[in-house]
Amino acid sequence: MTDIPRPAPGHKKLGLVIDLDTCVGCHACAVNCKEWNTSGHYAPLTDFDPYQQHPQGVWLNRVHSYEAGTGPDSRTVHFPRSCLHCEQPACVTVCPTGASYKRAEDGIVLVNTEICIGCKLCSWACPYGAREFDEDEGVMKKCTLCIDRIYNENIPEAERVPACVSTCPAHARHFGDLGDPHSAVSQLVAERGGYDLMPEMGYKPVNKYLPPRRPKPRATTPEPAQEPSGAAGSVLRWIDRVLSR
Amino acid sequence: MNPAFSVILLTTASGAGYGMLFWLGVLDAAGLMPAERWFGVVAVLIALALATAGLLASTLHLGHPERAWRAISQWRTSWLSREGVVSLVTYLPALGFAAAWGLGGPRNAAAEVLGLLAALCAVLTVACQAMIYASLKPIRQWHNRFVPTNLLLLALFSGAACLAATTTFWQVHSGRIVAGLALVLCIAAAVAKVAYWRVIDRAPPVAAIESATGLGTIGRVRELEAPHTEENYLLREMGYTIARKHSERLRGAALAIGFVLPAILLIAGLALGNPGALALFPLAAVAALLGIYIERWLFFAQATHTVTLYYGRAA
Repeated sequence: MTDIPRPAPGHKKLGLVIDLDTCVGCHACAVNCKEWNTSGHYAPLTDFDPYQQHPQGVWLNRVHSYEAGTGPDSRTVHFPRSCLHCEQPACVTVCPTGASYKRAEDGIVLVNTEICIGCKLCSWACPYGAREFDEDEGVMKKCTLCIDRIYNENIPEAERVPACVSTCPAHARHFGDLGDPHSAVSQLVAERGGYDLMPEMGYKPVNKYLPPRRPKPRATTPEPAQEPSGAAGSVLRWIDRVLSR
Repeated sequence: MNPAFSVILLTTASGAGYGMLFWLGVLDAAGLMPAERWFGVVAVLIALALATAGLLASTLHLGHPERAWRAISQWRTSWLSREGVVSLVTYLPALGFAAAWGLGGPRNAAAEVLGLLAALCAVLTVACQAMIYASLKPIRQWHNRFVPTNLLLLALFSGAACLAATTTFWQVHSGRIVAGLALVLCIAAAVAKVAYWRVIDRAPPVAAIESATGLGTIGRVRELEAPHTEENYLLREMGYTIARKHSERLRGAALAIGFVLPAILLIAGLALGNPGALALFPLAAVAALLGIYIERWLFFAQATHTVTLYYGRAA
């Protein structure tokens, strides 16, 4: 049903914490997401013209790159973008069929592709572009937080994390329960000042982003060079004189 | 937003159909419709044909049209579902209205009650349809109170124009009353449309790339590299762009064809009386529908979505 389940106190809110300070923009998360999910819950993630001039297709994770600020304090930031599993997901409430739903037990937002009519309204309602329509299958697809991995008892327990998290070589992606203030991800968010994307939209995303570190304040005038002293100093002074001739 | 033919046809054709049904019900109850047995039947069927054409066109937009029936289930939260429910419910009083008029003859109480019920359902359907757009926060050109006003007025205007065209063939006197009504609504709808354009041109963006990425604390943000080299669904559906000079021309065309031309034809028809009106009122209705089609195309093409912020565009 498209009603948002009433959150019980201390309920689970599974989500991702993405560290923009360490993300190197390698796209491994996007590629492994595609790799896992094209044979996973929403298989296939259809591609069009994959080996031709204009390859296109359904991806549930996309990595943007931005420049923030100007001059020496500016930063180049790689920015993975996927479903934020919002607490107020309008993509769910606008769905006319009940195909879109938010799970009460862990807060994951999913689509039942068996009953989705492909009206695309949920993709219009999402401010973040988290949903991609599969034009071949005629249904909407989105990040599942890899429900077919995180609860999968057939794979080793250490691997029961979303494909994007398991593959990240920079450890820039963290998965956990953001409803539990004592969880590792919640602690990380608290320590690093994790934030919501577009909070003004009021969707209350569960996923959080950790900001890139701020550059150290720079001295405006260079510090005076220290004169070397002692025996080593006299050698250095001699070298300096020789080289300065 | 991508101006998809199916959705534009849905809102223009069904808007005119429900607008026509609304005025049929209201004007019949007011005793202003021709007291002719077949007029009621034919006029209601024309209105329903327009509405049905729109609803059927909308199923072309679906990835799975055969599952369309599922769309009536989530009326508690979804305006699209509510539109589906009310649009289907409308058939009951509307067909009853036509049957009561046809079987009981003109001016019978049953037809009048059913007509008013059909009018209520018709206006509710258009309102639900408008709320589908007005409830979408990421699209600032839609998420405002001018959108329901606009869509309702445009439906009432195009519906009155279609009813005037139909009525004229039965009774010129009634046709002239409806044409007068259509003229007033034409002016009101044109004013609402121009006001809407002024509002969306001046309204500030709903969000910026700085808040979309959260990187505004560092400084101004610009896109360095896109995630993919080709188009994708998001850019095709939500990233549709139209050059400003084209949109200015199309606004002019929508105003000229959809409002100025129908107004001139309605005034001319009212002034000429019997022989001229027969040809002019239907022409006015066709012009109104054509102009509103252009207007609705712009309604989509000029709407921007916050997802495009991530691709370095304004929203």
